[in-house]
Amino acid sequence: MKHIQNTGLAIFLVGLLTFTSLIFIGKYEVTPEILNNLIDSKGIKSELFIDNMKNNVVGKEFTNPFSLSSKIISSLETANETHKQNSEWDKVIWDKPHSFSYEIAKLSGSGIVKEHKWLFWWLTFGLGILGALMYIIPNVIVKGPPGIKNNRVWFNAATNRGWIGWFVFIFLVGFYLLLYFRPDYIVNWTYIVDPISKNISGNLASQWFLYGFLYCVVMTVMAVRMYIKYRHNKYQILRTTSVLFFQIVFAFLIPEILVRFEKPWYDFKNAFPLDYDFFYSWNLDQLIASGGLGLFILIWGIVLTLVIVPIMVYFFGKRWYCSWVCGCGGLAETLGDPYRQLSDKSLKAWKLERWLVHSVLAFALVMTGFTLYAYFSGADAVLGIKTQTIQDIYGFLIGSIFAGVIGTGFYPIFGNRVWCRFGCPLAAYLGIVQRFKSRFRITTNGGQCISCGNCSTYCEQGIDVRAYAQKGENIVRASCVGCGICSAVCPRGVLKLENGPEKGRINPTEILLGNDVDLMDLVNNK
Amino acid sequence: MEHIVIIGNGISGVTAARHIRKLSDKKITIVSAESDYFFSRTALMYVYMGHLKFEHTQPYENWFWKKNRINLKNGYVENVDTENSTLHFANGDSLHYDKLIIATGSKPNKFGWPGQNLNGVMGMYHKQDLEKLETYAPNNKVCKRAVIVGGGLIGIELAEMLHSRHIPVTFLVRESSFWNGVLPNEESQMINKEIISNGIDLRLSSNLKEIISDKNGKVKSVIIQETGEEIPCNVVGLTAGVSPNIDFLKDSNTRTESGQSIETGRGVKVNRYLETNISNIYAIGDCAEQLDPIGNRRPIEAVWYTGRMMGETIAQTICGNRIEYKPGHWFNSAKFFDIEYQTYGWVWAQPKENEARFYWEHESGKKCIHISYDKNTGEFIGINTFGIRMRHEFFDKMLTEKQSVKYVLEHLADANFDPEFYKLHEKEIVTKFNIENVSNIQLKKKNWKRIFKVN
Ligand SMILES: Cc1cc2nc3c(=O)[nH]c(=O)nc-3n(C[C@H](O)[C@H](O)[C@H](O)COP(=O)(O)OP(=O)(O)OC[C@H]3O[C@@H](n4cnc5c(N)ncnc54)[C@H](O)[C@@H]3O)c2cc1C
Ligand code: SF4
Repeated sequence: MKHIQNTGLAIFLVGLLTFTSLIFIGKYEVTPEILNNLIDSKGIKSELFIDNMKNNVVGKEFTNPFSLSSKIISSLETANETHKQNSEWDKVIWDKPHSFSYEIAKLSGSGIVKEHKWLFWWLTFGLGILGALMYIIPNVIVKGPPGIKNNRVWFNAATNRGWIGWFVFIFLVGFYLLLYFRPDYIVNWTYIVDPISKNISGNLASQWFLYGFLYCVVMTVMAVRMYIKYRHNKYQILRTTSVLFFQIVFAFLIPEILVRFEKPWYDFKNAFPLDYDFFYSWNLDQLIASGGLGLFILIWGIVLTLVIVPIMVYFFGKRWYCSWVCGCGGLAETLGDPYRQLSDKSLKAWKLERWLVHSVLAFALVMTGFTLYAYFSGADAVLGIKTQTIQDIYGFLIGSIFAGVIGTGFYPIFGNRVWCRFGCPLAAYLGIVQRFKSRFRITTNGGQCISCGNCSTYCEQGIDVRAYAQKGENIVRASCVGCGICSAVCPRGVLKLENGPEKGRINPTEILLGNDVDLMDLVNNK
Repeated sequence: MEHIVIIGNGISGVTAARHIRKLSDKKITIVSAESDYFFSRTALMYVYMGHLKFEHTQPYENWFWKKNRINLKNGYVENVDTENSTLHFANGDSLHYDKLIIATGSKPNKFGWPGQNLNGVMGMYHKQDLEKLETYAPNNKVCKRAVIVGGGLIGIELAEMLHSRHIPVTFLVRESSFWNGVLPNEESQMINKEIISNGIDLRLSSNLKEIISDKNGKVKSVIIQETGEEIPCNVVGLTAGVSPNIDFLKDSNTRTESGQSIETGRGVKVNRYLETNISNIYAIGDCAEQLDPIGNRRPIEAVWYTGRMMGETIAQTICGNRIEYKPGHWFNSAKFFDIEYQTYGWVWAQPKENEARFYWEHESGKKCIHISYDKNTGEFIGINTFGIRMRHEFFDKMLTEKQSVKYVLEHLADANFDPEFYKLHEKEIVTKFNIENVSNIQLKKKNWKRIFKVN
């Protein structure tokens, strides 16, 4: 068994290495046709840019994406600079430089990867999946009979912030930086999923398709791990199946199929304010222009946030969204599960959490207010602040850096719910409802707690569960996503997630059940 | 300001300190020789197994003590001078108290076995035992086999710990079946199977004769009394129960010339108010021995919960509201490898004269319940539940209200505490009871209002 696992690990690493090295292979040549098509489709009016491109880029062969990108961007920037100086505003190219460069690179690449897309799919995704499964599945036997087997978690360099953890951290952060800020470097990655993208949406793959596909693959493989690890626990099995379903069908397939039918890309489960650009003018315009479906989406999006979300939280707690439906939660609960013990449980962290997450919510609401005001009034600035600027800041700081780079990149360092705990504005909103108006709580089983600390340690949200359990007090916390792991790891059966009557949900106690009833009355009911 | 000194920073001492702080402004000092900060002894196993780091076993962050003005003193108390109300420490320090609470816990039993002090022989109680285990049994290269002597809760935990590092374990149990002085035969058999299925070499009805040394004073093997068999091993775990850790008192009793000595038996003798024979000295937790046992309880109760309850109680007395220690209905819990165990009320290993029993076991052989009730009146007496979690509050209420076994079974759905979506067995259980007892109990549907006592 160990043999199979080690072989699996080796195969996985070969896949990963191949995937990483793809960035560096292949050739890029921008033909005159590519340039002409670009000029047409973007309506480029800058002769300066076109000249720059013709002199420096067109017809030349580039052996890596970095030099191509730098030439295109310098062509763009020198042209833009001159136009801005001369106030030739219609000639300025407003696209984000690296996205612009991506579009050119995607068409101009050539070489072995582009010619053998499926082969390279197998050499990267294929080997990765195969190797990972060979590593994961033997655990059915290796880890022993069903039950909680967190053996060696704190001895393992992958899960105790050891060198493997730091290595994974660097890899993930690098990946997100490329994905968000340097898509033109990773066109080779997008080639290998082109055939799949063609089949689903009819288009070539963008970096976002690549990301969506990779996301689904990673979640599926790591869901297999969850199924094995928690095979004795039906709550975990069902929850894992649910997040996987919503990711693959709602976040990945439906939006791509909508695109195939020339409808707007939309993820029906992604609720505002997590879906922060829902009220951006381009989105509203697009929806309104898309007829019946567009209108439906518009209404659905509003109803989802204002009605469905709070009502569901009232009945089931925020877990219905955060650990049964949400895509960010889905990744955290699959890929992130091995890192849950790394979350910070200190009181300081809790304080920081409340400040941060509510600030992000406020930021999202203010930004949306500005956006809507601008949309309906036609002004492009409110109180002297350009809505575009504040959107850009939000998109960069919250949408990319916080949700992506920190949110997922830092899994191996800060645990798997950094974004959900400190950053997600939807979580903040759900949390307020859960804390003040919900039937959900984690019930503490009388006086049975032995203060062992397993629950707190394995709480991904950094809730000090034990602090409540050892007082015989139910856990009612805004940040609880109801993953159910505290209950699973508790060796004394102390914790149960349940939806019951609101009355008595919060039950501070000093003297625990099991002691003198008169003393309990005296102290608890004073 | 009155100075309350507590010897022992375990659950009982710390609970007392916390509650005294809540009730008063007294000066509080907790003394311990084991660790600077309170940690959960019950979680030591998870540190060795790699589930937790030691710091995770500490229920309060380090700033907690200062913030609550609870002084911590690391030191070993060698001597209590009751006349001058002063503690004398091993390092020569001394500390004056106005009131003293002795909460020194337990120590592992050693029954005078030859070789019991060799290197590689250890109990499993203190933090230092864990450190020793880490030295002598870090992996299965250094420790090729370990022998555990004594089949109780700590013994089986030690077996699970060693098993997690793939160290072969021989488990010597004096009784004919695991823990059958406490568990009825059915449950005991179930746990035997669980132990064996985890690859532990379980030896029932086996006593330790002696531990053999190698030439460096380290364990080489053990010899079994009954068969004379010699089992080579590198580590011996002594887990044949615990007894109150009060040798320092016995020493100081004989040594002090002035002052009255503190009355001790196996533990520190206390009355119902947890008071010793000396007016400003109290004892709580594992080390306290009741002069008269309370109800069906033993005079010394070495469990977490009772330590905590005594701490809650003594705080009242210290702060002027003198009350008796009056624990409610008995409950306890444990985990045997993958099988969780909870108990509420009393289910004796052997039924008493007036008791009838009902036993149900799941086909998997990993879940069962065992109910004890009065065969004449039908009153519910207690339940053992294995592999199914049940609500403490439910059974506490049943016992207080002296409900009948029929009533308990009717409302069994309210008792279930397993995570959502788990398979429920109440129907099967009630059906079995009906068939065996020719009764017609109808299972009621789970009812939130009943469960949470809302009207
Ligand atoms: C491995 C293990 C698992 C357990 N699991 C469970 C369980 O699951 N459920 C359950 O109910 N119970 C369990 N117990 C029992 C439970 O831990 C004890 O009943 C409880 O910890 C006793 O608490 P205490 O406060 O009385 O004493 P302790 O926790 O023993 O604390 C006493 C402290 O006083 C210190 N001390 C002693 N003498 C001196 C001195 N002269 N000077 C200074 N300091 C001194 C000791 O070093 C120690 O730190 C377990 C015990 C062990 C060892
Ligand atoms: S895991 Fe269970 S027993 Fe341990 S501290 Fe948490 S609630 Fe208490």
